[in-house]
Amino acid sequence: MSRRTIWSVLSLVVVLALLLVACRPQPTPPPAKKQLEIFSWWTTGGEAAGLLKLFELYNQKFPDVEIINATVAGGAGFEAKPALKARMLGGDPPDSFQVHMGHELIDTWVTTGYMEPLDDLYKQEGWESVFPKGVLEIVSYDGHYWSVPVNIHRSNVLWYNKKVFEANGWKPPATFDEFFALAEEMKAKGITPLALGDVGIWASTHLFEVILAGTMSPEKYKGLWTGQTDWNGPEVKKALETMAKMLEYVNPDHSALSWDQANDLVIQGKAGMTIMGDWVDADNLAKGFKDSGWAPPPGTKGIFVALSDTFGLPKNAPHREQAIEWLRICGSKEGQEAFNPLKGSICARNDCNPELFGPYLKTAMEDWQKDTIVPSLAHGAAASEAWVTKINDVMTAFVTDRDVAKAQAGMAQACKDVGVCK
Amino acid sequence: MSMRRISWDRVISILLILPSILAIAVFVYGFIAWSGWVSLSNWDGLRPDLSWAGFVNYAKLFANPRFQIDLRNTVVFTVLFLGTCIVIGLGLAILLDQGIRGENFFRSLFLFPMAISFIVTGVTWRWLLAPGDPATGRLTGINVLLDAVGIPLSRWYTDPTVVHIQPTSAMGQFLQQIDLGFLTTPNFGLPVAMISIVIAATWQMSGYVMAMYLAGLRGIPEELREAARVDGASEWQVYQNIVFPLLRPVTLSVVIVLGHISLKIFDLVAAMSKKGPGFATDVPAYFMFETTFQGDHYSQGASIAIFLLVTVSLLVIPYLVYSTRREAEL
Repeated sequence: MSRRTIWSVLSLVVVLALLLVACRPQPTPPPAKKQLEIFSWWTTGGEAAGLLKLFELYNQKFPDVEIINATVAGGAGFEAKPALKARMLGGDPPDSFQVHMGHELIDTWVTTGYMEPLDDLYKQEGWESVFPKGVLEIVSYDGHYWSVPVNIHRSNVLWYNKKVFEANGWKPPATFDEFFALAEEMKAKGITPLALGDVGIWASTHLFEVILAGTMSPEKYKGLWTGQTDWNGPEVKKALETMAKMLEYVNPDHSALSWDQANDLVIQGKAGMTIMGDWVDADNLAKGFKDSGWAPPPGTKGIFVALSDTFGLPKNAPHREQAIEWLRICGSKEGQEAFNPLKGSICARNDCNPELFGPYLKTAMEDWQKDTIVPSLAHGAAASEAWVTKINDVMTAFVTDRDVAKAQAGMAQACKDVGVCK
Repeated sequence: MSMRRISWDRVISILLILPSILAIAVFVYGFIAWSGWVSLSNWDGLRPDLSWAGFVNYAKLFANPRFQIDLRNTVVFTVLFLGTCIVIGLGLAILLDQGIRGENFFRSLFLFPMAISFIVTGVTWRWLLAPGDPATGRLTGINVLLDAVGIPLSRWYTDPTVVHIQPTSAMGQFLQQIDLGFLTTPNFGLPVAMISIVIAATWQMSGYVMAMYLAGLRGIPEELREAARVDGASEWQVYQNIVFPLLRPVTLSVVIVLGHISLKIFDLVAAMSKKGPGFATDVPAYFMFETTFQGDHYSQGASIAIFLLVTVSLLVIPYLVYSTRREAEL
């Protein structure tokens, strides 16, 4: 044999040996230590602090469990959700994961059979009587409960600068007519009437959902998500027209700003109002702004557009027992009272102590008890992610061209595409 | 005896390349076929549904307003990116070819950005081209320089303007008369924000183009230029009639390499502008990512993937055929 052949044979032997090593069966892992892996996108500020507080409570009760904090950074979970999908589809679910209450959970994970129902837990803990009916409706599907809400945020809040309003004798508008009259006055004074920061397009979708809720009755609004309210109907058209008109009063650089930068304009008195969820309260507190005023946006008095972060139990969770205890803490009074003041949200339960919360959150707790609760579109409660993605695309175009007919046709098509409308 | 040796050699060589052939067959071509199948299925949602849907997904794709904008953006980006890279790359190569001192140093200097990931480039240029803090009016990055020399400030990648022929202008009215009125819609315009992405991409890739042209220039025998000069050609004529024609194969390679980068671009957009404002810097790859992994529209996402594959193939395959043929001729 020539030298070349010898070398070839040698290298072949090496390659085969490497393959054998690679394919060698893995040694069985040592018996699992007690662990609990929680997946979320809470990585900064009050959210992270609240999450760690919950971990602390857990470890007080179960000191021998090691908690793995699996977080993926990124606002509203845009980076986290694809990561979670990859893990779930790959058969490697975390023990419990953060997911928005409602269709984001149900259409993504429940109808596809990835979750375990939590009916027993709800019964044992008596949650059916402490969570409001609106919430129980949104977390259930097919007669079962699928996740435990830890907090509630309100999406429909109009935030304004009290000092600016008092100096001009203005009051927050209750109807769209009042809103536009006030907007004209503000414009005349050189103040941008409405601050918007839709660098993430969800902020526009958020504004749209608030206008939808202010344009039609809560029943009609809820009907949009079940196909009972016609997307081609006059109410949706009216809402889009109102939105197109509102967009004439927003800051010209809205597409470059984030929601908190838009809030800065209100804080500095450069803009009169902003319509954004109640995480603005935490932003104001963090920035030391004390003159913040709030009211329900036009037409939504008595309506609470809600969104919530919940935790669920995936099938085949590696540490199922520990995960159930985690859910118990998430739904407990103790857990919610520890978490929510830090996160800047209110409890999903209605028996939390109001004294633990700041002035805005106190009023939100009162409204939570008496208002009609409807689900938020932009934050996953009302519609599936697939649907929201399509609506976001329609919104992106609408914010630029403000073509009401085209946007309405797009919305109706989106409803058909996801199979809700016929 | 010699026959046996050859076949033994052949067996070994086949065995040696077999693992990589298998891996490529499965992980490249197998998955391409899989994507192609998914794109023709009804898979919409997390659970796979591979029932036959035909070309519905493609029909929907081309009817989708966002995708139409993406096509416009891809054309705008490709034309601007290739154009600026070739002009700057060729310019730098010609300058370096003049036998300046420290040529090695400059060559590495210009080539170096290519070694950086598009994500890093994107983040850095996002900072450099930031329009400043709108709330405080404080300027940042390049706008500070522009301000210092009195050039009007730019909003860079946050500018939502799409420059297009106005239907009311003389040109627009003429186009409408000859039934080309659709050319006056924004879908046939130039999104201003895209220019920022082009700047970043050009910064990264023009050094590479320079290196290719420099190699091309070194391959042109000095005698040819000398002969032209002896014949009385001016320096410009030497370039026009000798150098540029001989660089044509290099330009072709550059167009292929940059063209496929520009069709597939994703990371730079994700790091710099996240498709915004509106869809001004959206590209098919970004649309594919959002459709598939945020919207769970797997079959729709796969149809975008196949579309991208086909467009890139249209660019690459003729080139491969051309170069194999040339090799065979040599």
